[in-house]
Amino acid sequence: MAGVAVSTTINGDHVEYLCQPDETLLDVLRDRLGLTGAKEGCGTGDCGACSIILDDRLVCSCLVLGAEAEGRQVETVEGMAHGEKLHTLQQKFLEHAALQCGICTPGFLIAAKDLLAKNPDPSEEEIRFGLAGNLCRCTGYDKIVRAVQDAANVMKGA
Amino acid sequence: MNFDPRFSGRKFASVGTRPIRPDGVDKVTGRARYGADFNMAGQLVGRVLRSPHAHAKILKIDTSKAEKLAGVKAVITAADLPDLTDGDAAMYDVLDNCMARSKALYDGHAVAAVAAVDARTARQALKLIEVDYELLPHVTDVDEAMKHTAPLINDTIFTEGLEEKPVKPSNVTKRSQFGHGDVHQGFGHADFIVERSFKTEQTHQGYIEPHACVANVSSDGTADLWVCTQGHFVYRQHCAQLLGLEASKLRVTSSEIGGGFGGKTHVWAEPVALALSRKAGRPVKLVMTRDEVFRASGPTSATSIDVKIGARKDGTITAAEATLRYSSGPYAGTWAEIGAMTAFACYKLDNVKTVGYEVLVNRPKTAAYRAPSAPMAAFAVESAVDELAKELGMDPVEFRIKNAAQEGTRSSYGPVYGPIGIGPTLEAAKTHPHMKAPLGKNQGRGMACGFWFNFGGQTCVDLNIGMDGSVSLAVGTVDVGGSRASLSLVAAEELGIDYAQLKAVVADTSSLGYNDMTDGSRGTFSSSMATISAARNAIKILRDRAAQMWDIPVDDVIWENGHAIAKGEKYGNLAALSLKEIAAASGKTGGPIAGHSELVADGAGVSFATHICDIEVDPETGAARVIRYTVIQDAGKAVHPTYVEGQYQGGAAQGIGWALNEEYIYGKDGRLQNAGFLDYRIPVCSDLPMIDTQILEIPNPNHPYGVRGVGETSIVPPLAAIANAMSNAAGVRMTHIPMSPPRVLAAIEAEREGRA
Ligand code: FES
Ligand code: FES
Repeated sequence: MAGVAVSTTINGDHVEYLCQPDETLLDVLRDRLGLTGAKEGCGTGDCGACSIILDDRLVCSCLVLGAEAEGRQVETVEGMAHGEKLHTLQQKFLEHAALQCGICTPGFLIAAKDLLAKNPDPSEEEIRFGLAGNLCRCTGYDKIVRAVQDAANVMKGA
Repeated sequence: MNFDPRFSGRKFASVGTRPIRPDGVDKVTGRARYGADFNMAGQLVGRVLRSPHAHAKILKIDTSKAEKLAGVKAVITAADLPDLTDGDAAMYDVLDNCMARSKALYDGHAVAAVAAVDARTARQALKLIEVDYELLPHVTDVDEAMKHTAPLINDTIFTEGLEEKPVKPSNVTKRSQFGHGDVHQGFGHADFIVERSFKTEQTHQGYIEPHACVANVSSDGTADLWVCTQGHFVYRQHCAQLLGLEASKLRVTSSEIGGGFGGKTHVWAEPVALALSRKAGRPVKLVMTRDEVFRASGPTSATSIDVKIGARKDGTITAAEATLRYSSGPYAGTWAEIGAMTAFACYKLDNVKTVGYEVLVNRPKTAAYRAPSAPMAAFAVESAVDELAKELGMDPVEFRIKNAAQEGTRSSYGPVYGPIGIGPTLEAAKTHPHMKAPLGKNQGRGMACGFWFNFGGQTCVDLNIGMDGSVSLAVGTVDVGGSRASLSLVAAEELGIDYAQLKAVVADTSSLGYNDMTDGSRGTFSSSMATISAARNAIKILRDRAAQMWDIPVDDVIWENGHAIAKGEKYGNLAALSLKEIAAASGKTGGPIAGHSELVADGAGVSFATHICDIEVDPETGAARVIRYTVIQDAGKAVHPTYVEGQYQGGAAQGIGWALNEEYIYGKDGRLQNAGFLDYRIPVCSDLPMIDTQILEIPNPNHPYGVRGVGETSIVPPLAAIANAMSNAAGVRMTHIPMSPPRVLAAIEAEREGRA
């Protein structure tokens, strides 16, 4: 199969790549571009470990084709920190120990960022439903919810 | 080395604080490298062909078409993994599980594998492999498999542990028995007896990271393996044995691990990846799909358990008995044996007997899952204990307190307990505000206890002091949830330095001595013991170097708060030397400063927990929701309390999923019908409430800081705690786990009909 030439923006940088027509954006990010922050937990849209933001929309990158990124804005966990300075959510995940193994963390951070962008003052229930597309097997979610609550409070004040 | 591991009751400066973990920034920025995040130049993509049949003879495998496909660099079958196990039956089973030899024993059993230039070519190649199967009758249910009429999975198996050697083969590989006293007599003294049968379905550990590895075998007989594992040293041993390599020439690096819970303690794909790499002469990356993870890795046992407990009117248990049948997949296991050991471990019993049967079924090989075998036994026992308390008209907590094991109690599985936490966790539950909180309509409260042994084992640690006075700690247990933070705290404590001055890493198999598998909640227990020992060895050297710098006898130098101090008035003018100053001078005083430790960490203190939970049941649908949950558990000493809480919460959440939802569903054809996260539903954020924790600290006498393992016990009580809550909320005693809505609804309807 002939490759598809794609021109896109990832974490603010202009990026061009060739990919197969049936290749997922997750595979492109991980295997072609070396951005392994997004993880593959299932490949079927059920775990959220591959979450990214595509033009202001939270998506599972395992359900998006690499070719679909043409002309769009892609945001991954690698784009969250500014140089040395962590995003408030990243800092709060560390302080609250909202990760044990950490494999779900990139997906949760992206999903939480999207949630807070749309609802800066979520209730606990809104956080729980907002993050229900992301699986975590280690934490029981308690510390993740607390980290997001704390981050929301800090970000509101900023 | 004369290391004294006994508890010393010291005051702590670092241990018990909650700093940010050393691997944290990498994990929140996406930089941490897990199993599938590593690549090598020229690497091929490996993929595995799996049996679609539950039980079938493999008559022939034709790989010729696949081999001819452009881009395919190697195709292997069992013939490429010759039997080098030399009579080691357990290793032979591992080999057969990695690649079926003459029979496919479950849906998902590997039969061939390919390595190709890319994933698409590899997938195409799998379709070109032709396998001729002769289908055999199968059995997937544990009770069915025990019947004499059941299809035999392995006709060379004769049940072990029977008084008379059986004449016919069977699916029961082993019978085991534990206990003491005379249960027959004990039941004779009982005023009340509860006798019930229970079933639990098979669940998967459900780690979010699928198994992944990169293997590279060189033509000179050396090899490298990058892999997500709970025990890279054990993987090295097993892979070397199966591939005929020398262990020291196989370097295994443990990647960051995206969850294991016992499921990453066994090799599956790794020997296959190595064999592919050897045949292709190139590195091979092999990553399981989620479908493969469910069909071919893990899971825990499905069980069927009978329990009988008798008590006098005053609430004293007079006898307790259980028969436990655990499925082990198509290979022999010891899962029922462990279940039989743990079943009554919480109680002080004069007459107790448990019998376990290990049962072969056409399902994937059972693997450990967090306190393996204990949750099912606790579900049965703690449900029956609750029923008995009801019959006696006693409060369930009081009834348990009355019968709880204590220091000096002979446990139901043999040993006599030292100081233990079952009584204290129950007392804490009794006074916990959760116990008195009001309940609403359709809501009910339940509680249950749990036990886990905890392991120690072979452990090796290196502690190296840099010229700048910073300290690197190399450990060989894998960090599954923050142990690098807790081990750094321990090293900081012992050396008297700041946590920030340390960096802990997980060393590869060529850089450190052997370490056992990171299982049995041993990571922090055993590696902290070795870290303390290594730090004490380093301190000896630091004192010696300080003595040289001062030119005084080493016996006059003590170590305090990170400094060498010359003891005695005659040295009044000698200012204390910091670790940093001694390190800076080390080039002139004898070279690098390091402390090593190799030990067998004995005396992992047993662990107990009591859980309280409230649920709400919808009587129209049978759906249940956990609305409040409290975990009370003994940690011995919580080194990093936040991560201890995390273990309590995570285990409880897994137990809640097991209790309410999770199960392997097999069709009549013996195929797994829900091999994905959509249909095998683990709890999500909106399913759960906050999970409150209370850490008790009853020091383990066999660890310098009193540490016990904390990782596993938390999954033991939830099944019964929720079943007991269900009985109070909906008036039905659920004896089959999971308590999924259809099962609960059927029970509610049966109860209604019974009453009508
Ligand atoms: S990998 Fe995309 S949702 Fe699981
Ligand atoms: S921290 Fe392990 S899956 Fe979430």
